[in-house]
Amino acid sequence: MALEKPYMDVPGTIIFDAEQSRKGYWLNQFCMSLMKAENRERFKADERAYLDEWPMTEEQRQAVLARDLNWCMRTGGNIYFLAKIGATDGRSFQQMAGSMTGMTEQEYRDMMVGGGRSIEGNRYLGEDGNAQPHRQPQGASHPAAAPQQPPHSTSKGA
Amino acid sequence: MARITASVFTSHVPAIGAALDLGKTQEPYWQPLFAGYEFSKQWMKDNKPDVVFLVFNDHATAFSMDMIPTFAIGTAAEYSPADEGWGPRPVPKVAGHPELASHIAQSVIQQDFDLTLINKMDVDHGLTVPLSLMCGEKDPHKDAWPCPVIPFAVNVVQYPAPSGQRCFNLGRAIRRAVESYDEDLNVHIWGTGGMSHQLQGARAGLINADWDNRFLDRLIAEPAELAKVPHIEYVREAGSEGIELVMWLIARGAMADVNGAGPAPRVAHRFFHVPASNTAVGHLILEEAAR
Repeated sequence: MALEKPYMDVPGTIIFDAEQSRKGYWLNQFCMSLMKAENRERFKADERAYLDEWPMTEEQRQAVLARDLNWCMRTGGNIYFLAKIGATDGRSFQQMAGSMTGMTEQEYRDMMVGGGRSIEGNRYLGEDGNAQPHRQPQGASHPAAAPQQPPHSTSKGA
Repeated sequence: MARITASVFTSHVPAIGAALDLGKTQEPYWQPLFAGYEFSKQWMKDNKPDVVFLVFNDHATAFSMDMIPTFAIGTAAEYSPADEGWGPRPVPKVAGHPELASHIAQSVIQQDFDLTLINKMDVDHGLTVPLSLMCGEKDPHKDAWPCPVIPFAVNVVQYPAPSGQRCFNLGRAIRRAVESYDEDLNVHIWGTGGMSHQLQGARAGLINADWDNRFLDRLIAEPAELAKVPHIEYVREAGSEGIELVMWLIARGAMADVNGAGPAPRVAHRFFHVPASNTAVGHLILEEAAR
């Protein structure tokens, strides 16, 4: 019997479950190695060579090199582990989280100061909130993702 | 006999630690947040515990993917602040209470909760930020925290986290354990983490202040009902990292009223603020009625 996953219909969200954990094991252990200052130095000196020391998939290495945290998550990364890459780069958790939305750092910060992202339209896939797949990427520089419909429309299928 | 006299609930956002450590507490962004803890710092001085039992979660610091204990209790004499990648926080080491911790471990395991025992662990922001918020800023070398701390780590990193019901029941077991300890100790139990926040994906930045405030209401007034809320509701309504709030139910489950041992606790302090970095900050202090 397959593992029950009641959380698959939450938009813009990957739950770090047993399957993701298996996929991401070496990616996350690589991230963990960046807790040591000497490893951070070696990684920064030659990222590709350092990544090649770990038995990750080539896709996972590419995702790290691109600093594409959404890509890292899809390949099994966990945000608390991936945060070690951000720390190595001197980035805050807010910068990292914001980078996953498409918004600029200032846009994301303004959203948080304004009370954060609304839950409305963002509970279930198929609603029309700003975290839904058809509204990505977010931010003023991505006008194609701006609302195309009245805010309460639910006509978009998953 | 040892007794639990109060429970404290607070978020443990890492950026709060950074704001403290970098001297930003009076900046307009942070000032309203720290103002919400002014009462709490005085309350800690006026109600100094002998031991704090501090429920928190490790954030890929002490526990890598090597092992992921669901519930783990610290039985060490001392814990150092961890280097989470930005360097260790400049705060004092945390003294443990190995005797009471070992007693609680034995009692709670015999009440059918399978705890992992930790004799060596560095503690991350999940533990040190609540201490800073409640005890104020401390010099890492000249100062000390006001009392020993028993760290109690809960897995909320890899799904599934323990259910709210399991956490609530565990809190009840911890109360029985504390009350069967002979030495006369004043114990506070703290539940930390939350409130609504999501750190990942297109839904990053989610805040649900209505849900959070309802959570605070129910934690005070109907915790046994709140404990029935399933994992998926936390994720959907409070964000993927909002699941940390199950840890608050451990502390609430240790109070007298839900153990048939006394009246409802008194709400000494309640505070809610948005945002701290990516997160809604909630804070409660509940006092047991004097006995």
